[in-house]
Amino acid sequence: VCFIPDGLDCSISFVSHVLGKVCVHGRQKEILSVLIPRLTDLTKSDCIWQRICWRLVECVPDRWMEAVVLGFVQRTPGADVLSRLLGNLVVKNKKAQFVVTQKLLLLQYGHTTAVLQNLLGYLSLDGLRRALLIKVLQELLETWGSSSAVKHSPPEQQQYISKAILICLSHLKEPEIETCRQELLTSMMEGTKCHLDSNLPQIRRLGMIVAESISSKINTDGPVLKFQYEEDDEARELKSLLVQSPPFCVVPSLPDDDRNEKADAAVPLVLESNKKSHTAAPVMPDEESDAELDSDDDLIPYDMSEDKELKTKAPVYIRDCIEVLTGSEDVDKWEATVKALEGLVRKNPAATREVSVELAKILLHLEEKTCIEGFVELRQRAQVAVLTTDPIPVAKYLTSQFYSLNYSLRQRMDILDVLVLAAQELSCPKSQGKTKHSGAQKPCIQLLPGSDSSKDWRRIVDERIKSKTRRFATGQSQAELASSPNEFNSVAGHFFFPLIQHFDRPLTTFDLLGEDHFVLGRLVHTLAVLMYLAVNTVAVTAMGKALLEFVWALRFHTDSYVRQGLLSCISSTLLSVPTERLLEDMTEELLETQSWLGDVVEKDPDGDCRRLALQNLLLMENLKKKLRTVPS
Amino acid sequence: MALPPPDPQFVLRGTGAAVHALHFSCGNQEPDVPILFSGSENGFIHVWNLKTHRVDKTLDGHGGRSVYCVETMGGKNRLLSQGRDQRICLWDLAEGRTSVTNSVFTENVGFCRCTLLKVAQGRWLMAMAAKGPEEVQVLELPSKTSVCTLKPEVGAKLGMPMCLKLWQHNCDSQPLLLAGYEDGSVVLWNLLMGKALSQLVCHQEPVMSLDFDLEKAKGISGSSEKVLSIWSLNEQQNLQVYKTHKLVNAGISDITIRPDKKILATAGWDHRIRIFGWKKLKPLAVLDYHTATVHCVSFSDHRNPSERLLAAGSKDHRISIWSIYAQT
Repeated sequence: VCFIPDGLDCSISFVSHVLGKVCVHGRQKEILSVLIPRLTDLTKSDCIWQRICWRLVECVPDRWMEAVVLGFVQRTPGADVLSRLLGNLVVKNKKAQFVVTQKLLLLQYGHTTAVLQNLLGYLSLDGLRRALLIKVLQELLETWGSSSAVKHSPPEQQQYISKAILICLSHLKEPEIETCRQELLTSMMEGTKCHLDSNLPQIRRLGMIVAESISSKINTDGPVLKFQYEEDDEARELKSLLVQSPPFCVVPSLPDDDRNEKADAAVPLVLESNKKSHTAAPVMPDEESDAELDSDDDLIPYDMSEDKELKTKAPVYIRDCIEVLTGSEDVDKWEATVKALEGLVRKNPAATREVSVELAKILLHLEEKTCIEGFVELRQRAQVAVLTTDPIPVAKYLTSQFYSLNYSLRQRMDILDVLVLAAQELSCPKSQGKTKHSGAQKPCIQLLPGSDSSKDWRRIVDERIKSKTRRFATGQSQAELASSPNEFNSVAGHFFFPLIQHFDRPLTTFDLLGEDHFVLGRLVHTLAVLMYLAVNTVAVTAMGKALLEFVWALRFHTDSYVRQGLLSCISSTLLSVPTERLLEDMTEELLETQSWLGDVVEKDPDGDCRRLALQNLLLMENLKKKLRTVPS
Repeated sequence: MALPPPDPQFVLRGTGAAVHALHFSCGNQEPDVPILFSGSENGFIHVWNLKTHRVDKTLDGHGGRSVYCVETMGGKNRLLSQGRDQRICLWDLAEGRTSVTNSVFTENVGFCRCTLLKVAQGRWLMAMAAKGPEEVQVLELPSKTSVCTLKPEVGAKLGMPMCLKLWQHNCDSQPLLLAGYEDGSVVLWNLLMGKALSQLVCHQEPVMSLDFDLEKAKGISGSSEKVLSIWSLNEQQNLQVYKTHKLVNAGISDITIRPDKKILATAGWDHRIRIFGWKKLKPLAVLDYHTATVHCVSFSDHRNPSERLLAAGSKDHRISIWSIYAQT
């Protein structure tokens, strides 16, 4: 496309029409990949070409404007180039303004970070457009801070909005920050609250990062907000958006030479300084060696490797441990006892059984008296040891305490974790040499306290589903693993049913269906794992039926963490209950569940929920297929 | 390849109670036997024959109350012992006698060991914790006349005196006293004027024991914490911290420097005796024999260097005798 601009008045509206029509038909890539580099070069220094370009885009009819603007925003290599190409289009054209400020930012979220950078950089480069930038930031913050948006919008969209906010913040200048400081502060407070309320760790982290960034911008002097969260690539990438790197231009040859010269100059300096330090160094040892000579070299030290810190001895009997933990003032002894308790419990099962409930009570209420490393883990391992040694009474005690008054959320979640860990231990056969997990079939469940466990459980169940699915499809037979009695069999019911019993009865300090939905989420995941571990036990059918009813009652819960847990429950039920029992005893529940799953796959805002629901549906299909192939 | 630490040369058993004080008297020639005096918690002072390793005599002068200090005054026939019965007894042990010739009533219920200094033939100065809360009293023995009472200034809050050492540069100069207190400071006192010359805070916890090397004007103190503090005395009679050394386990009951000033020994609450080189405080050995707190350590005064011994008394009722670095 070549023009001869000297003195001629030409009309480019025809070209705009062509451009618009081509873009709207989806051929943006073809035409813009040729047009944009050309225009970039031409408009670099030539004002007239810039104006031509602006006229070009301005003349595109409104109905095709969106496609053209989107194409431009996506394909230009930088915000400054976009500024040259589009000019003040967003200010002059209403449709373009809508596309840029509303549609691309708030209604769509599939664009890359580069696109966001282009867009927001473009808005920031001109005085007229900066007003739009502020407006955009306000709207983004409003969305970010709205609790319903946080609850119901997909995590990907929330991440997109957070990125946009960070980029906007990076473009803001001091005077602008001054004017909207109060607004920023208010939205930051509200938004942080909604984000921290969420059960998904990713959302919480997004909230923390954005809040920290806003705080650092508005409080340039003085203390800034600082959260503690896991620093991984995603977090670092987000934080890097706060800092705007200067637009790098195509490197002309001159600066290269300069840089090379400087590098050459730098190297000799370094060498010189090295030489200097070398001459300085020999002087020192001489002085020191003089002093060394008249020390007592004739006294040869003996071997002192045995000289270590003294340790207090831990008690050797369980009852002594109980005494120390409940009454002793001797802090060293208390520490030694806590460290030694798990081993003692495992070595003395008979003695532990006599005092198991008392020990469980003490451990549940045990507070950290001194600062021991890994106290939480030590306490948990001791609790698991007690529970596995004497499952029934201790499980009875723990499950009853889960629904009792006046426990902290942390203690209730501890109960759940301990039950799961003990169940896992009881259900795994004591390996005789070979590990029970062969290859990728049944990966070990890493159940550590912390909100990450939800991811692990999901991952495990997913892998299990995947492996099972494959097995059904190919019909391969598996090598026999070494087997031994499943100790979880006799106690599965004791672990499971009391937990599921009282979930809908609120207490004054504990309301599962109300505020404490985080604990509900953990409870649901716990039930899923217990179900999964109960495969091949006698009680599994009854458990499955109860679990499916439980899931049915909670299926419309607003918290996505709880919903993910419910879907894991269904997976576990489908995997653990033998197929015949499933189809005979639970047909109605299955049908209801299936229709709910279909709903979730289509309409649930959370991507993980949709994926889990889909896997469940696939599992159900496979079960049906399997039954059809087996001759009845 | 470092050698493992040596075992005790022999172990003296039979005290029947925790050993709190030890003192050698081995300087005499043959046919005198080398002797070790030990003071125990049951109030007995045992006189050990280091040739036969048996108790030659048992002295009972403190009414069953713990003896926490034993010193000889010019030879093995004159003994001074301090007990928890608030008495300091002077014994005459010549020719087989075992009698208390004199005693001083200290009116002090603390644990501070007294210290002796010979100022002239037959005349001694003794410093001990006195009746008043932070006071140290210096008496002349055997006349028992009070030379001075050293009181810290009001508001100094030094606490109880924990350990004392009297010394003088040479026979003509005036005697000085180093005192370690409960608040962790070491104070240098001038006895003539009864004034403190210098005060140095060496520790965060009470100073349990100290020892001083005249020739180098350097001293060392141990406390209930994990740090040994070495301090020096400059020409202006000011104490300055020279160095500190961190220990593996907290708590030192006793420190003593060997008469030849080459090594020093510390008695630890962690049941171990540690040997250090005195010049640079280089750790030399850790002697791990006892099964309870070591209360006291003492070096012998053998004329023949190769016969020198180290004795350690512990709460486990045993006294271990070691021959270590005797060749140097």
